[in-house]
Amino acid sequence: MFTSTAFASILPEILILILGILLLIVEPFWKEDQRRNAGWFTAGGLLLAMVISFLFGQPGQPVATLGGMVRFDWLGFFFKLLFMFAGAVTALLLMENEKVGQRGEAYLLMLASLIGMNLMASSADLVMLYLAIETTSIPLYVLSGFMLADEKSTEAGFKYLLFGALTSTIMLYGFSLLFGFTGTTNIYQLADMLQSGDLSLVAAFGVLALILVGIGFKVSIVPFHFWAPDVYEGAPTPVAGFLSTASKAAGFAVLVRLFFVAFPNFAPSWTLALAILSAVTMTVGNLLALPQTNIKRLLAFSSISHAGYVLIGAVALSQLGAASVVFYLAAYILTNLLAFGIVMAFSRITGLEDLKDYAGMSRRSPWLGLMMLAAFLSLAGMPPFGGFVAKVFVFAAGIQAGYVWLVVIGILNSIIGVYYYLNALKYVYLYRMPEQDEESHPVPLTHPYIIALGVLAIGVILIGTVFAPWFSWSDAAALNLF
Amino acid sequence: MNFPVLSVITFTPMVAAVLILLLPAQRKNEARAVALAAATFALILSLWTYFNYDQAAAGYQFVEKYNWLPVLGISLHFGVDGISMPLVLLTGVVMFTGVLISWGDDHPHVMAGIQDRPREFFAFLFILASGVLGVFVSLDLFMLFFFYEIAVFPMYLLIVIWGWIETREYAAMKLTLYLFIGSVVSLVGVLVMYWIQYQNTGLLSFDMLQMEQAGFSQTFQNIWFLPVFFGFAVLGGIWPFHNWSPDGHVAAPTAVSMFHAGVLMKLGAFAALRVGIMLLPQGAQTWSWLIMAFAAIAVVYGAYIAFVQMDFKYMVGFSSVSHMGLVMLGFSTLNQQGLLGSGVQMFSHGVMTALFFAVVGMIYDRAHTRQIPELGGINKIMPFATIGFIIGGLVSMGMPGFSGFVAEFPIFMGVWGRQWLVAVIASISIVITAAYIMRNIRQVFFGELPEKFEGHLTDVTVLDKVAIAVLCFFMVVIGLFPRFMVPMVQTGVENILRLLGGQ
Repeated sequence: MFTSTAFASILPEILILILGILLLIVEPFWKEDQRRNAGWFTAGGLLLAMVISFLFGQPGQPVATLGGMVRFDWLGFFFKLLFMFAGAVTALLLMENEKVGQRGEAYLLMLASLIGMNLMASSADLVMLYLAIETTSIPLYVLSGFMLADEKSTEAGFKYLLFGALTSTIMLYGFSLLFGFTGTTNIYQLADMLQSGDLSLVAAFGVLALILVGIGFKVSIVPFHFWAPDVYEGAPTPVAGFLSTASKAAGFAVLVRLFFVAFPNFAPSWTLALAILSAVTMTVGNLLALPQTNIKRLLAFSSISHAGYVLIGAVALSQLGAASVVFYLAAYILTNLLAFGIVMAFSRITGLEDLKDYAGMSRRSPWLGLMMLAAFLSLAGMPPFGGFVAKVFVFAAGIQAGYVWLVVIGILNSIIGVYYYLNALKYVYLYRMPEQDEESHPVPLTHPYIIALGVLAIGVILIGTVFAPWFSWSDAAALNLF
Repeated sequence: MNFPVLSVITFTPMVAAVLILLLPAQRKNEARAVALAAATFALILSLWTYFNYDQAAAGYQFVEKYNWLPVLGISLHFGVDGISMPLVLLTGVVMFTGVLISWGDDHPHVMAGIQDRPREFFAFLFILASGVLGVFVSLDLFMLFFFYEIAVFPMYLLIVIWGWIETREYAAMKLTLYLFIGSVVSLVGVLVMYWIQYQNTGLLSFDMLQMEQAGFSQTFQNIWFLPVFFGFAVLGGIWPFHNWSPDGHVAAPTAVSMFHAGVLMKLGAFAALRVGIMLLPQGAQTWSWLIMAFAAIAVVYGAYIAFVQMDFKYMVGFSSVSHMGLVMLGFSTLNQQGLLGSGVQMFSHGVMTALFFAVVGMIYDRAHTRQIPELGGINKIMPFATIGFIIGGLVSMGMPGFSGFVAEFPIFMGVWGRQWLVAVIASISIVITAAYIMRNIRQVFFGELPEKFEGHLTDVTVLDKVAIAVLCFFMVVIGLFPRFMVPMVQTGVENILRLLGGQ
């Protein structure tokens, strides 16, 4: 049963586990002031794991392995690479965080949740899926509340835990109903069972709603978004960045696989429900982002609205739709990590996180200003950055599926988005510090930042200009759903 | 494969922008030098392309095509025809003169050019220029959009950082939102066209040459022409969506005003023509009366508002609305003369208005006021600027012997052929234009020099003079020798007429 394919299908998880164990062994031998090296160790290890997985763990034809628990296909694989990349970047960013970066546990927790995410992207069974989601969530609860001395952080961790526990219980209830109705927990068999028509539309809709609560929490769509701004604001910033990118993408990986594979027969009803949720999510996220004065809260609401844009692709329920979801998430992960990375780099020196504190930032550090420009314009959907192409693909998929109204709402929302992203850039580029002596207040970058931010900024531009290879991978991933 | 001249022209500013950004911040002169070198290079290449365009062969030339994303039919497909070739040259000219104007002068009383962070200024300006050039040469709708958006966002930064302190935040945001709304409205239309083409022909392609054959139904064209055309026409400053434009002109620094009025507004008109009229020709025929009405209002209204302005720069800004109205008026005729006139007017107005803004900028930088009644006697100090403004003014009035005549005369002929009443109404603007131009020449350039300017003002720099001379040169040459441009535009117009069904 444990064949080489089975081994390959969970190769990334195995490698991350080995990395975690190595870290656990090595870390106690380091002296106090060397502890931050765990960041280099983790980032390097994850990169190595990516390379090894890419060389030896590429999927061929989609197959079920490990007794049908795991699906070995490009969809899962592409997401796994994305998660590991996000993890490596987060590790680099964590290093410079004084309160968190000196502690090996932080990296270990992040690796644990990475294993969970990887399994989320590839699990083909409800039981496995639930385990994966919990494996992802529990370390993240701890990480959010990592700074025990900080009230906001503790609150963030606790709030995240309460919301997470509640929604995942509801989702578990949905899973159990699904098992009761069909007699199977395998996602791929569910589709056949549901096809035979044992399940009434009302029951199916109820079950879907229950499941959507759990996933909606993970990807923070309205009305399951209330935790996001508080948690992002309170949690250590690298963790917030990780939550808003990798964790959200993992939720979408589950959503796409579950809904596209298991419930295509009930599509007209749930796509409409998702379309409405998408419209509401975009609108609420963007409108609430407008009055924000704290940059982390601004990014939190913006990340809610981006979940709405991604949903347009899922609503389309087509191959292009799925491909655009994957592409959007890839572009979004790079962009948002860049944005959070800049916030971190800036607040490490200044200790400030309000929008008004960014006045004169482009004079204090021209490169950091340019990177913020790239990140925010990409979020706003402007070329030549990744966000533009991603948005066009998502909108194209929506129009193909006949959801012109949803695309129009999406477009109105991106106009609101342009307003507040440009407004933030106004602080960076136009306004000045009170004494106009920016030259004497530089914002120096340390090596981990230079590497992480540089890679991300180049990635954001590459994905927005040379988009063919990225789209081909997204397309290959999407193909596995049909 | 021939030398890929169009992609070299298009990406030269982009590469230059990156190079400039890589320079250390305090190396201001190096940044300027790189900018000038790149602009000169692009100008020479566009001149070379212009004179090597084979007018007998017509059609799209210097075509390059690279598959970019074959799955969705996106390709990097470049080519120029008789309409876009002059616009590429125009961009080259404005870019070159814009760099000269922004050089920066360290005279104590003058805040001319760009002193603060020239590195970022030139980089953003050149990213903008790349976007503009990309739109003019793109034959792929996706890429056209891509470049179109690239041309929009640097405007925000350029205005908000280096603009006129009083209104820059308001004007920059207003401009960006207007343009962004316009472009995304067209985007919806373009995506719908893309899928309808797929339904009709089974072809997934953003290639405009293929989309011309997509066979869109009459109803479809009637519905979707409006969002597509007007979405782009917002950037062309069409009434009643022109409001962003004078505010933007006034708030922008000189070189950006030149770019904005000289090139960017042509971008909107050009995209409206290329995507709206050429891909949805029957829709254009259905709605041409509406465009004609809006354009006629813009022509007269813009001229009248320009007439009553006391602020020199607002006056030029509204005159742009009026002259861009003439371009739209020419489009709306859908006949040979009108379109020909529009094609030439786009070039002529681009050069003329760039010159206007350059001169206004030179005066403001030295006199620190733009109020027309406060100015006077500028001729005594800046004779070169005076000559420039007078030539620009003559072009603006449509005097024979200057490029404005070559452009405006066919437009009015074309309109007369469609609806003589509109031609009569629109021609009122010529009188008003002549009135405000001559009033300004008298008030600002001649007459008494106010005492507060005595011994205070300085003449324009050598670089400014070069810029004025280059801009004047093109206006006079086209005016005296229309054969340098008219036959070329003619070939482009014939292609449009073919799509319109041989009217």
